[in-house]
Amino acid sequence: MDKFTTLSGVAAPLPIHNLDTDKIFPAIYLKTIKRTGLAQFLFQEIRFRPDGSENPDFVLNQAPYRKAQILIGAENFGCGSSREHAPWALLDYGIRCVIAPSFADIFYNNCFKNGILPIKVPKEIADELMEDAKKGANAVMTIDLEAQTISRPDGEKVHFEVDAFRKHCLLNGLDDIGLTEQKETDIGAYEQKAQMQRPWQFGMTQKGA
Amino acid sequence: MPQPKTLFDKIWDAHVIAPQGEGTYLIYIDLHLIHEVTTPQAFEGLKLAGRKVRRPDKTMAVADHNIPTTNRSAGVNGIIEPDSKIQVELLEKNVKEFGVPYFPITSLDQGIVHVIGPEQGLSQPGMTIVCGDSHTATHGAMGALAFGIGTSEVEHVLATQTLIQAPAQNMLIDVNGALGAGVSPKDVILAIIAKIGTAGGTGHVFEYAGSTFRDMSMEGRMTVCNMSIEAGARAGLVAPDEKTVAYVKGRPFAPKGAAWEQAEAYWRTLPSDPGSKFDKEAHLAAADIAPHVTWGTNPEQAAPVTGRVPDPAQIDDPLKRAAVERALQYMQLAPNTLLTDVPVQRVFIGSCTNSRIEDLRAAAAIAKGRKVADGVTALVVPGSGHVKHQAEEEGLDRIFVEAGFQWRDAGCSMCMSMNDDKAMNGERVATTSNRNFEGRQGKNAKSHLMGPAMAAAAAITGHLSDVRQMG
Repeated sequence: MDKFTTLSGVAAPLPIHNLDTDKIFPAIYLKTIKRTGLAQFLFQEIRFRPDGSENPDFVLNQAPYRKAQILIGAENFGCGSSREHAPWALLDYGIRCVIAPSFADIFYNNCFKNGILPIKVPKEIADELMEDAKKGANAVMTIDLEAQTISRPDGEKVHFEVDAFRKHCLLNGLDDIGLTEQKETDIGAYEQKAQMQRPWQFGMTQKGA
Repeated sequence: MPQPKTLFDKIWDAHVIAPQGEGTYLIYIDLHLIHEVTTPQAFEGLKLAGRKVRRPDKTMAVADHNIPTTNRSAGVNGIIEPDSKIQVELLEKNVKEFGVPYFPITSLDQGIVHVIGPEQGLSQPGMTIVCGDSHTATHGAMGALAFGIGTSEVEHVLATQTLIQAPAQNMLIDVNGALGAGVSPKDVILAIIAKIGTAGGTGHVFEYAGSTFRDMSMEGRMTVCNMSIEAGARAGLVAPDEKTVAYVKGRPFAPKGAAWEQAEAYWRTLPSDPGSKFDKEAHLAAADIAPHVTWGTNPEQAAPVTGRVPDPAQIDDPLKRAAVERALQYMQLAPNTLLTDVPVQRVFIGSCTNSRIEDLRAAAAIAKGRKVADGVTALVVPGSGHVKHQAEEEGLDRIFVEAGFQWRDAGCSMCMSMNDDKAMNGERVATTSNRNFEGRQGKNAKSHLMGPAMAAAAAITGHLSDVRQMG
C-alpha cells in the first residue's frame, strides 16, 4: 500500500446523497479477478452515455477535474455493497482522498486498506468545501495527514479527526496483516482459551468433526 | 453490581484478543464464509506473501453470486459466460490449494451464502461471523455478531482469523404487537428503514427486540436482520431464545452430544441483561405497519402500498426534495400516482432476503390457481438446493410453473444481476431482494422492493398490488 502523507490537488464536487457502491462500481464488472485497471468502470452509469461516449455533465469529464485526486461528497458516501472494487477503482483513477459529512462504515474502512484517506467533516464545512470545489482549477486543496488539516484554496486550514491507528498505518503505508502477525502470541493464547470455553466452534466446518 | 451488558457487548467482549490502541481492537472471528466474487484478490494476496489460510476449519466456501440459475447439473462447465466461469473455477482452485471446505455448485448443499449458513447449522449464537458481503448481517438472526467486510479484510481473516475493529455503538430497534394479516417480516424491516433512514444505523449494531421479533419465525428474523445494512448498520441481532435453539438443533454442522449441552448453556447467557443501555433507540408498533413497497432508488424510499408516489413540491427541505425528484425521474414515476397503479414487467422472488421455504410458501399461496399477467416475466429462485428440494416435495414448484413463473436453481440471481438473470430495456421489477439502487437489476431497471407474497401478487395482476386484496 502506498503511503499517504500530504496531497495537493484539484477537488471534484460530487454532491450526490447516498452515493452507493453500485454507482461507484457496477456489479456486472465484479467478475474481475484483479484489483488493478478498474478505473475504466468507475461511475460508469453516470460517467458515460449509452453509446459509450463521455457524459459531459459528469464532473470528472470536465477539464479542471479530469485529474482530480480529491472528491468532495455528500452524506452517506459509499453506502450499500461491501465491494472493495469501489475504492480500487477510485484509486486506479487517481483519487487519494474523499471528503464528506458522513460515510457508510464498510466503504470508510475499505478506503484505509488501500491508501485512500476518507475524511469526515461537519456538514457546514463539507458545504463550504463543496463550494470551493466548484471553482474548478482554482480549487486546489492540500491535505496534511500528519497535521490533520485540509488547506482550503484561500489558505484557511480546517482540522479533521482520524483514528490514530489508521493514521499510523496510512502515514507509513503499513500492511495490516503483517502488523497482526506480530501478535501471534496473543492470537495463539486466545485460541487456546476459546477452545476450552467454546470447543464446538473449533474444527466446525469439517463435517462430523 | 456489574454493569448490565447488551447481547452485542457480550459477544464483543468474548472476542477481544488484544487492544490495538486508540479505540481499536484485534478481535477473533469464529466463522468465515467466502464466495467467488470477493475472494480472488484475497487469495492472490496470500499467494504473493506466501501465507496460508490459518483456520480452514473455521472457513466455508460456496459460489452463489455469479452462477447461472439454469443447467446447473452440468457444473462449472454449464457456465457459459467466460468471466463468470473463470471466477468460479478460480474459487474451486483456491479452496483446493488452501484446504478450505467447499459446497460445489452441483451439490444440494449449495446456495446463497446467507441462506446456507443458518441452514447447515454453521451460523450459531454468540459467534463472530464475517463474509465479503454486506448482507452478512442475516446471520444476526441466530444471535451472532455477523457483518460484511471488504476483500482486504477477507485476506486478513484468511491469514490470521482476526480483524482490527472499533466497537460499534448499540441501537435498540423495538417493535411490539402482532402483525396484521398479509404483513410480512419484509414489511417490518422496510418500515424500520423508512423511519430511521439509510444512514440511521451508521456506526451502530442493531438489536431487534420486542414481541414482534419474539413471535417471528427464525426465517422471518433472517429477513429482518438481512437488511440492517440498508439502514447503515453493519450488523443486526436478535437474542437467541427457544426458537433459535430448536432451529440449530440437529443441523449438519450443529454441535452434538456433550458439546451441544455446553453450547446451549452458553447461548442462554447471551441475551442483553435487564437494564442494558442503548446509545440510540427506535420504537414502532406492529399494528401500524402495512405491506410496504419502495417507490425510489434507495430502500428508505418506501411507503405503504395503499399510498401514493410522493410529491416533491410538498417537501420543504431542498436536499430531500432534490433527492426525491432525482429518484422519481429515474423511476419514471409521476408525483401522486397511486402505488397500486404502477405496472411491472418483471418479478423476482429470491435473494438472501426472501428465498427461504416460508417465503416460497407465502408466494405460492398467492400464485396458486392463478396466472402470471400477460407481458410479465416472473422468476422464482430458491435460496439453496435444500430449499428447492423442500419446495418440490411440497409441490410449490408445480404451483409456480402452472401459474407461469419460471422455477430456477439456487443463487443470488437478479438481486444484483451478475448472471444472465436481469431486467431488460429498463423494465420495472417487483423484487423481494434488498436494494433498489439505480441499475442494480439491469441497465435502467426500475426496482420496487417488497415481500414475497406482494411480489407474487404483482406478477398476477401486472401491477403493484396490496396482497390483502387478493382474497
